[in-house]
Amino acid sequence: MTVWLNIILQGVLIGGLYAMFAAGLSLIFGVMRLVNIAHGDLIVLAAYLALVVTQTIGIDPLVSLLLVVPLMALIGYALQRGLLNFTLGDDILPPLLVTFGLSIIIQNGLLELFTADSRKLITGPIEVQTVQIAEGIWIGALPLIQFLVAIAVIAGLQTLFYKSALGRAFRATSDDQSVAQLMGLDTRHVFGMAMALSLAVVGVAGVFLAIRANFDPAIGPARLIFGFEAVIIGGLGSLWGTLAGGVILGVSQAIGAQIDPGWQLLAGHLVFLAILAVRPEGLFPKVAG
Amino acid sequence: MSEPLLEVDSIDAFYGDFHALAGVSLRVGAGQVVAVIGANGAGKSTLLRSMSGLMHPRRGAIRFEGANISRMPAFDVVKAGVAMVPEGRRLFPSLSVEENLLIGAQSRRAGPWTLTRVYELFPVLAERRHLPATALSGGQQQMAAIGRALMANPTLLLCDEISLGLAPIILREIYARLSEIVREGISVIAVEQDIVQALRAASYVYCLQEGRVALQGRAAQLTRADISAAYFGV
Repeated sequence: MTVWLNIILQGVLIGGLYAMFAAGLSLIFGVMRLVNIAHGDLIVLAAYLALVVTQTIGIDPLVSLLLVVPLMALIGYALQRGLLNFTLGDDILPPLLVTFGLSIIIQNGLLELFTADSRKLITGPIEVQTVQIAEGIWIGALPLIQFLVAIAVIAGLQTLFYKSALGRAFRATSDDQSVAQLMGLDTRHVFGMAMALSLAVVGVAGVFLAIRANFDPAIGPARLIFGFEAVIIGGLGSLWGTLAGGVILGVSQAIGAQIDPGWQLLAGHLVFLAILAVRPEGLFPKVAG
Repeated sequence: MSEPLLEVDSIDAFYGDFHALAGVSLRVGAGQVVAVIGANGAGKSTLLRSMSGLMHPRRGAIRFEGANISRMPAFDVVKAGVAMVPEGRRLFPSLSVEENLLIGAQSRRAGPWTLTRVYELFPVLAERRHLPATALSGGQQQMAAIGRALMANPTLLLCDEISLGLAPIILREIYARLSEIVREGISVIAVEQDIVQALRAASYVYCLQEGRVALQGRAAQLTRADISAAYFGV
């Protein structure tokens, strides 16, 4: 019994990471109907950025967040203003193709710079610290921190989206771009800010990914899939839904892995497909209007 | 008329190869209400879209307070002081009534119009401020769209088909409020299909026909026969 409880708990905690993959993806799609195929590779890029920062300055990976997150936000703003804004229009194909190309460029660029070797960020003793929450049930300090950070990120995004002027601009632009411009909103800038925010979340996700497990330049696309699945399970447009989606995906994978180590990814995909078949709008879709 | 507030100087506008406006000129003075009438497809909305910066004329100039705004993007035009009430209201459905008004203030122009002032003008909006914009009736949505444009503290208000789909009693109410706004010194260009309403509200009328100004004159001096000739081209 405690074995299964442990498994589920680990799944829940990893779900926080998946929710962070998903939140940035969902935000971009919501504001500008852009499906960012390079999202997973940008997560890996953030991981390498953290690697470089920790190695050159010699700071702890968790502290590197202070540099990686703003840097990723800057990259996001520049990427949107310099490239992706030109792909947006009535046709959703150009942004799809351009971000697909970007994904290939990032993967190969990282391969050139860092080789295909697996890397990992080392945080020191905190990696093996655990908290006992019940008889026979222990949770790692890092997964717990990661999950709490994920909740904070989702809550922060939720507040920003529904309580701030920037969030209001995001929602207005998402509703009607030309009227948003009539109100004085420069939509190119609004999109830039949305991508900056998305990649700031990617920065957080990338650092935690790199602390948690080995990474190499090729693992991006799988992170994109996890993010997508979490978004679809949770329901498009719902931030708390993406957290639920991430948790469901994480738990399914953990249970699958326990049954047979080869079933980890398969179990996640199967649960995703089942939910897609039964509830194509996701579990917590945003109510229209 | 002395120095006009806005002057459209023989503009030509196109949708692809379609010549939507051909040498259209128009002037609005400070505090004046000008109506633009015409049948469907006469180019009224194209003219408003050009003035608001949503599209740019291929030839000609649009001068507002002396500066050429014909190449300016819409978000800068509103900062210069030209706000638009778009056809069909086009409120933001994801935003509450109050958020819709607040987004109108995005251009951060200083002036008398605030949430409080808009709620004084349209008290029904204050009661429904926290409802989603989609929960309002057609007339209330039109009030919210006007309020949203006023929040930009414009010098010139462009109104596209305010009367569309509204009951006459609601329409009279809205036009009454509009004349209060004009008394505060805001100029209005109203595109209307409702000719009676347009003639009642405006001091000067332009009638478009197939992308050209077919008739213009003081509202009081135009005869019904003139107007129907210009309107229908017969």
